[in-house]
Amino acid sequence: MSIEKYTRSFLKEVEERVEEGHWVKMCMQCGVCAGSCPLGAHWEHTPQKIFMMIRAGKREEVLSSDSMWMCTSCYQCIVRCPRKLPITHIMHGLAYLAKREGLVPKNQPTAQFGQLFWDNLVKTGRVNELKLSLGMYFKDGFSQGIKNAMAMQSVGLGMMKAKRLNPMEIMGGHGIKDKSGFHAMLKKARELEDSRRKLA
Amino acid sequence: MAKKQYSFYPGCSSQSGASSSNYLTSTQSMVNLLDVALNEIPDWNCCGASIGYAGGGELPRVALSARNLALSEQHNPGQEVVATCAACWLATREAKERLDHSATLLAETNEALKEAGLVFKNEAPPARHMVEVLIEDIGYETLKSGVKKPLEGIKFAGYVGCQTNRPFGIDGESFENPMYLDRMVESMGGEAITNYDQKVTCCGGALAFSEPEKSQKQIHDIIESAYDHGADMIVTPCPLCQANVEIYQGEVNKRYGKKFNIPVTYYSQLITVAYGGSSKDAALDGQIIRATRLEEIANK
Ligand code: SF4
Ligand code: SF4
Ligand code: SF4
Ligand code: SF4
Repeated sequence: MSIEKYTRSFLKEVEERVEEGHWVKMCMQCGVCAGSCPLGAHWEHTPQKIFMMIRAGKREEVLSSDSMWMCTSCYQCIVRCPRKLPITHIMHGLAYLAKREGLVPKNQPTAQFGQLFWDNLVKTGRVNELKLSLGMYFKDGFSQGIKNAMAMQSVGLGMMKAKRLNPMEIMGGHGIKDKSGFHAMLKKARELEDSRRKLA
Repeated sequence: MAKKQYSFYPGCSSQSGASSSNYLTSTQSMVNLLDVALNEIPDWNCCGASIGYAGGGELPRVALSARNLALSEQHNPGQEVVATCAACWLATREAKERLDHSATLLAETNEALKEAGLVFKNEAPPARHMVEVLIEDIGYETLKSGVKKPLEGIKFAGYVGCQTNRPFGIDGESFENPMYLDRMVESMGGEAITNYDQKVTCCGGALAFSEPEKSQKQIHDIIESAYDHGADMIVTPCPLCQANVEIYQGEVNKRYGKKFNIPVTYYSQLITVAYGGSSKDAALDGQIIRATRLEEIANK
């Protein structure tokens, strides 16, 4: 996808390529959402500011920002916004566009975790929590992984004792029966979305 | 046959050997005691939760929920879909809402579902949370009338969290101060701390895992306020909240120099015990921080 088409209007690009992006123009900059994020102190740009930057055409600055990845999906902003913008989903959509455009900051942990989560669920149709956590601990290589896993050992052992983490999951674990239909469905869904949003 | 029949979407975290298996076990005991039947959707898949956005985009995520709904329409016709996990409920409701509003999305979703031999007819009403079944279909009074062992003398901080509360919430409840969890506690004979000020604070969700240093402040505040209000234990309707608030207490203690050690239970465990179920029925053996006061009542 050539980006030239959008250089003049990042707003237009967001409207076409981002989940619920057509809502951005409705923001009246009241600032209510800006005070709503639980991890607010860690947002370089608040949602309010991100909407302003989109209108100002600051494509690189928005998409390469760490901010959207601070969203905990708490939906506080959505219920408070006087204009009813689906802010949570726009944050998710911007983060996803950044990923597809290769603009996510390097080693962004939530971006990495989100991808691991998705890959994990796609494989068998259900999330395997053990593989998911091991994947996260070992994402920075073997020795860091051992360190991370050791640091969280007491948590893991407590979970195992309470039978809420099954070490046998490493062998396979839960999954759906119709994996081939499931995979074909997701492949089709991705193709359709990529072509509609010009993501491919 | 049980009085009420629902199409049940359990979700990944409830499976045996997974982080909220104790939620599923206690839910099953609870519905048996209440004469409600939960008919599992055959071959259901993960809903993608909220964090699925990072890898999945919009349509693949909607397709995940649509597959579950299509399977429910086919195998459990005429039954409402009920979820116990807040994120499952939210994802399923949200997907339907989007499909209701966009003909394009609906057409594309069905094109994708066709690959799995399925079709989504959009016949059923929006998915419901188990809490709605309890308070709307059964009602506080009826719930109360079946109590055999009131949870007398136990003080509960009702931690509602985000996704059981926003954006859909429970009908008639406010987003800032929902009361249903407190009322459920009171129906079971327990003491609800109605002025627990962290009841709708976000625990960090998936970021408790990916950004622990940033999220543990949230978990710290949620627990500290429960202590400040004299709670014996926390009760919650959400499996991710339960896990985050219970299992990271050791980490939070290290980071903040605290000695937190407060049990975090599910409403389904409270009801099971109050209705006379055993510790095992209520899956109290699944707590990492034992809920001794509840165990005492269950073993009485
Ligand atoms: S609350 Fe809504 S209208 Fe106000 S700044 Fe945020 S998005 Fe814009
Ligand atoms: S959903 Fe995301 S953007 Fe909205 S308030 Fe919560 S963290 Fe902020
Ligand atoms: S919300 Fe969590 S547990 Fe529930 S199905 Fe989705 S991923 Fe699996
Ligand atoms: S409090 Fe945080 S984790 Fe718990 S439901 Fe809300 S978003 Fe999810």
